Amino acid sequence: MTIVYEDRGDEAASEVPVRRIKFTINGQKKIAEVETRLLLSHLIRRGLGLTGTHMGCDTTNCGACTVLVDGRPVKSCTMLAVQADGHEISTVEGLATASELHPLQEGFKEEHGLQCGFCTPGMMMTAKALLDANPDPSEDDVRWALSGNLCRCTGYQNIVKSVLWAAGKLRSQSAG
Amino acid sequence: MYPSRFRYEAPRSLAEAITLLRDGGDYAKVLAGGQSLVPLMKLRFASPELIVDINNLPGLDYHRADPDGTLHIGALCRHADLEHSALLPGTQPTMAAAAPLIADPIVRNRGTLVGSLCHADPQGDWASVVLALGGSVVAAGPGGRRSIPLADFVTGPFQNVLEPDEIAVEAVIPAAKGVRSGGYLKLERRVGDFATVGVAVAVESSGENVTRAGIALTGVGGSTIGASAAADALVGRPLTAESIGQAADLAAQVARPRTDHRGSAEYKRHMVHTFVVRLLSRADETAERAA
Repeated sequence: MTIVYEDRGDEAASEVPVRRIKFTINGQKKIAEVETRLLLSHLIRRGLGLTGTHMGCDTTNCGACTVLVDGRPVKSCTMLAVQADGHEISTVEGLATASELHPLQEGFKEEHGLQCGFCTPGMMMTAKALLDANPDPSEDDVRWALSGNLCRCTGYQNIVKSVLWAAGKLRSQSAG
Repeated sequence: MYPSRFRYEAPRSLAEAITLLRDGGDYAKVLAGGQSLVPLMKLRFASPELIVDINNLPGLDYHRADPDGTLHIGALCRHADLEHSALLPGTQPTMAAAAPLIADPIVRNRGTLVGSLCHADPQGDWASVVLALGGSVVAAGPGGRRSIPLADFVTGPFQNVLEPDEIAVEAVIPAAKGVRSGGYLKLERRVGDFATVGVAVAVESSGENVTRAGIALTGVGGSTIGASAAADALVGRPLTAESIGQAADLAAQVARPRTDHRGSAEYKRHMVHTFVVRLLSRADETAERAA
């Protein structure tokens, strides 16, 4: 994996602080050499080519870049890539299997939970952590959990319905 | 946006972290949750040459109470740990009320209370809570540990008294000497925004009378404001409509709000008054269950 950095001309290549890290992403073990200032979001998008994780505001507000770090939602624009060393990252690409959508993805389709779709990966990852912890959330629980993820299209109604749809599907799967 | 280039170290022990800071001098910064520091670095408001990431230090993610009720919050205890704590409801009403109002749920997964105190943002919610409760910060350095009352810890916006080679390792909330009640109210435009107005109230009572009170204000001045005159007005007598009104008047007087996109100075001052009345009027309901 290669990431190309800007050359400001004031440092020899050997002086640029770089570290080697080991981490897991969507179940796959990886080793990367990253400049210390590289953000996790850029490691994911540029280094790993997993562009499902979106960069929205780049200022810790919008939640579009949300991924799971050891199962907890984190804004990947606000974590250094070097901090992923030894940790497990999950992105939206890890939700579906080769043949089947994840119930959350199905839910967003069934309930029209997206319009432009930009915030959707972050919404789904936050919702995944919610449903992992609480399989039977109330509407309030869903709204509370998603309150750090901004959507400029839907007005949230259908996003909430989508997550509740997924919760129902997951419960019926585990009951079956 | 990218931070400037920096050297990054992730020590495995506190002693190693302090040595790194000592050698890194003024240009080193400690990274805990990073939910304020990383954005500041991306905006180039902060360009440290060395980052000492303390996330790998063992045994700092706790929050626990001593038998007497003194609460200790470790430097790696996340806001979310406090939000979901089984310990705080019933014993720490002001903290339990504030925890779910910090930033947004995703930021709460990483950000820390101790980091928030060190960051010393005048709009930081925890500083008001800890100030109202009479709490302190414990710093570890080459010469050992020292405890610094929060009132002395923050010296101005984004400034604290930590030496360059010191790390804040925990915050301490003293045990209540009576029955503890109180809360935190925050007016915000939306989840995750800074407080338009925040008010922390912490009351301790013995029998009918208030024995200790703390009131602190968020977002209505260049620093966290301790409304000590307002708090003193409550002490030595029962909470009544009269004493509550007096405290609210005094708290509104010490607020130094400025008109901005979040609201007019007059509106913010009015909200300080309203929040103090609201918090004190329902103090009974929040009185610790253990009592």
